[in-house]
Amino acid sequence: MKIIILGAGQVGSSVAANLASEANDITIVDVDVELLRELQDRLDIRTVVGEASYPDVLLRAGAEDAEMILAVTNSDETNMVACQIAYSLFRTPTKIARVRARDYLGYPGLFRPESIPIDVMISPEKVIIEYVQKLIAHPGALQVLDFAGGLAQLVAVKAYYGGPLVGEPLKRLPEHMPSVQTRVAAIFRKGYPIIPEGDTVIEADDEVFFIAASKDIRSVMGEMRRLDKPNKRIVIAGGGNIGKGLAQALENDYNVKLIDHNFNRSKKISEEMNSAIVLHGDAADEELLVEENIESTDVFCAVTNDDEANILSAMLAKRLGARKVMSLINRASYVDLVESGDIDIAISPHQAMIGSLLTHVRRGDVVMVHSLRRGAAEAIEAIAHGDESSSKVVGRAIEDIALPAGTTIGAIVRNDEVIIAHHDTRIEAGDHVILFLVDKQKIEVVERLFQVDITFL
Amino acid sequence: MRVKAIQRILGLLLMLFSFTMLPPILVALIYDDATIVPFFSAFCLTFIIGMVFWLPVRNYRADLKLRDGFVVVVMFWTVLGLSGSLPFILSEQPSISVTDSVFEAMSGLTTTGATVITGLDELPKSILYYRQQLQWLGGMGIIVLAVAVLPMLGIGGMQLYRAETPGPMKDNKLTPRITETAKALWYIYLSLTVACGLAYWGAGMSGFDALSHAFSTVAIGGFSTHDQSMGYFNSALIEMIAVVFMLLAGVNYALHFLAWRGRSLSPYRGDTEFKFYAVVLLSAAAISTLYLYWTMTFDSLPSALHHGIFQAVSIGTTAGFTTAEYHNWPGFLPAMLLLMSFVGGCAGSTGGGMKVIRVVMLLKQGMREILRLVHPNAQIPVKIGNKAVSDRVVDSVWGFFSLYVVSYCIMSMVLAATGLDLVTSFSAVAACMNNLGPGLGDVGANYASVNDFGKWVLCFAMLLGRLEIFTLLVLLTPAFWRK
Repeated sequence: MKIIILGAGQVGSSVAANLASEANDITIVDVDVELLRELQDRLDIRTVVGEASYPDVLLRAGAEDAEMILAVTNSDETNMVACQIAYSLFRTPTKIARVRARDYLGYPGLFRPESIPIDVMISPEKVIIEYVQKLIAHPGALQVLDFAGGLAQLVAVKAYYGGPLVGEPLKRLPEHMPSVQTRVAAIFRKGYPIIPEGDTVIEADDEVFFIAASKDIRSVMGEMRRLDKPNKRIVIAGGGNIGKGLAQALENDYNVKLIDHNFNRSKKISEEMNSAIVLHGDAADEELLVEENIESTDVFCAVTNDDEANILSAMLAKRLGARKVMSLINRASYVDLVESGDIDIAISPHQAMIGSLLTHVRRGDVVMVHSLRRGAAEAIEAIAHGDESSSKVVGRAIEDIALPAGTTIGAIVRNDEVIIAHHDTRIEAGDHVILFLVDKQKIEVVERLFQVDITFL
Repeated sequence: MRVKAIQRILGLLLMLFSFTMLPPILVALIYDDATIVPFFSAFCLTFIIGMVFWLPVRNYRADLKLRDGFVVVVMFWTVLGLSGSLPFILSEQPSISVTDSVFEAMSGLTTTGATVITGLDELPKSILYYRQQLQWLGGMGIIVLAVAVLPMLGIGGMQLYRAETPGPMKDNKLTPRITETAKALWYIYLSLTVACGLAYWGAGMSGFDALSHAFSTVAIGGFSTHDQSMGYFNSALIEMIAVVFMLLAGVNYALHFLAWRGRSLSPYRGDTEFKFYAVVLLSAAAISTLYLYWTMTFDSLPSALHHGIFQAVSIGTTAGFTTAEYHNWPGFLPAMLLLMSFVGGCAGSTGGGMKVIRVVMLLKQGMREILRLVHPNAQIPVKIGNKAVSDRVVDSVWGFFSLYVVSYCIMSMVLAATGLDLVTSFSAVAACMNNLGPGLGDVGANYASVNDFGKWVLCFAMLLGRLEIFTLLVLLTPAFWRK
């Protein structure tokens, strides 16, 4: 696919890195020559220097035959104008833009082909807020990913000693939970994937990915580890867009405290909050944390825009007794560094966001993509179309589908009902099929499976 | 330094290269030569050496770092020069020493076109074909070819590509993916070669000569299958065809690509480098013609005209074909032509020399200093087209120029120290470094008279010129090897 990415910031460059490895033609546009040179050295992409919204620059970047334009510069206005120009002059089929300012987002009529033609809007802040919200709702989960509009969920948990199923083979799962349907999609042991089979034994410290209907998630998690108490008291460090949004989303259901070091900012946020308490101070100030009962806090969530500050304040909170600490970390190398240590969950914004972009890059009717483990693995929700003769999946039992190695079908959503996949489950046209790929290299094979033959139209 | 990654790629490339020994076997079969055995043994040897490199580390996966790219490229060109000489060593005809064989192979691969062999017309056809083919492979760069056909080189391919392609601004990829860029370059190269071959054939060359000369013309090499080079055909038409294709091959291939994709000639019109290139060659052709006519070297104006044009273009683009003994031309002409080869072809072409774009930048930089004397407070950017060139690039061009001159002087002195006369040694190094071929004095026709040590120095000069100095010299710096 020919893709133009506007803006070589954190989002732009991590998307480029993710897509360049998949035989896409990527051209990235930015005003910063140094940034581009560094990217060019690292990735097999083309770079163009210039103002992203100028027609001439877009032309040089190959807008004439680009299939997708992804506007993620740090200016909302540039992103919108670039999409408008791509639409008016080059008829680019897919236009995705990042728009941050809430004022724009409030008017749904604005972003239509006859006004500002943006096909998909992405808002990293919103994605992260929802992501963290789900993690807080499922204490103990490392990742919670929605499929089929939230009907089914893929959850990653770390298995601990004491979980009833730990030390037992997977085939005994139904005996433990006769009423609950679930399927283990993959297990990562010391960072390496294991394709689960009936005899696979779950060990302590394994990272287990399982799929289940949303209502069953909690009981499945109970099999892998002792259940954590539901979260009640939350402390958020950082009152930026993410921190503020998160506090607003959580304040009605939890007891929320927000810490910001800027006096004016904290004052302003406090005016917008209903029940959350806004504290002015340094999130890494031991006395402030102790004063605010950090030892009885369930979740400490550091979401400032500074990686180092997030990591250090989260580590401090953990030391002082917070039950779970999360930290927002942009730099990929830091994520590996801290996840094995004191910090329970490292939230990687780009990782959370890239899935929504990949959804539009994947061929076949793909409704949802979640990128996992720094892009190495992927969970996909695809719709099966066609009939037995034109499709390679419809009308076939799962065991008869030629899935590449390392790929499992976890569940099927049919007419709003979650069906956990068994080897003899048949796939029907219109089914949402949820797949888990341990190795992204195989993505092309999966894409081809879900593409309908040309004769079917 | 990732020794294993380097070793793996080197092995792969060698195995790939070994297959280029097979077409000459075909030629040998057609013409019933006695060279099948040497070529076949050369093929086996090269393949096995590549295999020995590759087998132990075939499963090793790691991306090449920038530094590794230099090592691979230099090692590969060196090893290729050596293994490419195998057929010359193994074959009974020509009976030349190992040094001469390496010199011949290196001269072929670097598209220099300097030869030590005399009596070309009597050699087996397969050997002749092999020499031309070497030039053709070296012209666009064998690594660029490898990047095009071996997708697994992946991102490491970019490091190699950059270390091999000529020109100061290498980040301008034609297409987003390196493999596609390399393919595009080779398609253009291939089409030019086919067109050139057909034109030669139509103009009266035999099929074999047409193919052979198309190879060396489009590669801007200069090898011929005849001792008299292009002069053998004694046809103004053939010479003009050669002129056209040398000119085309000396243009930046990115322009060809843009013109071909946009189906218009406007990319050429707007390009500063192309305009300068055209002006330099045109004026050189005009000066040569007029001077030849004025000094009565040729008795008629048409004769002076076609010799003047052909020789100016052939030397100016660094091809090095000859129709007349240009080194015996009167007065300043040989010197002027030899100096022109320093300018050479455009960046991203198959031509040698310092590349037109660098010379343009040097001139503009010089003009800037003069303007600064007039307007001490003025901001004066160096512009190419309508775009200012960053000082970083201008600096690197200066660095390139200084190293070029210093290397040239040192090697010329070394050559003179081996007992060659000054004209011979200075022109031989110039002709080899610029990948031109024929020099002046004793090396006007061939290099057979140069001593063995001198030939090794010249081999180094050819490689230095082809890899544009930096790539090769960086390996000779202690900083490169420090961990």
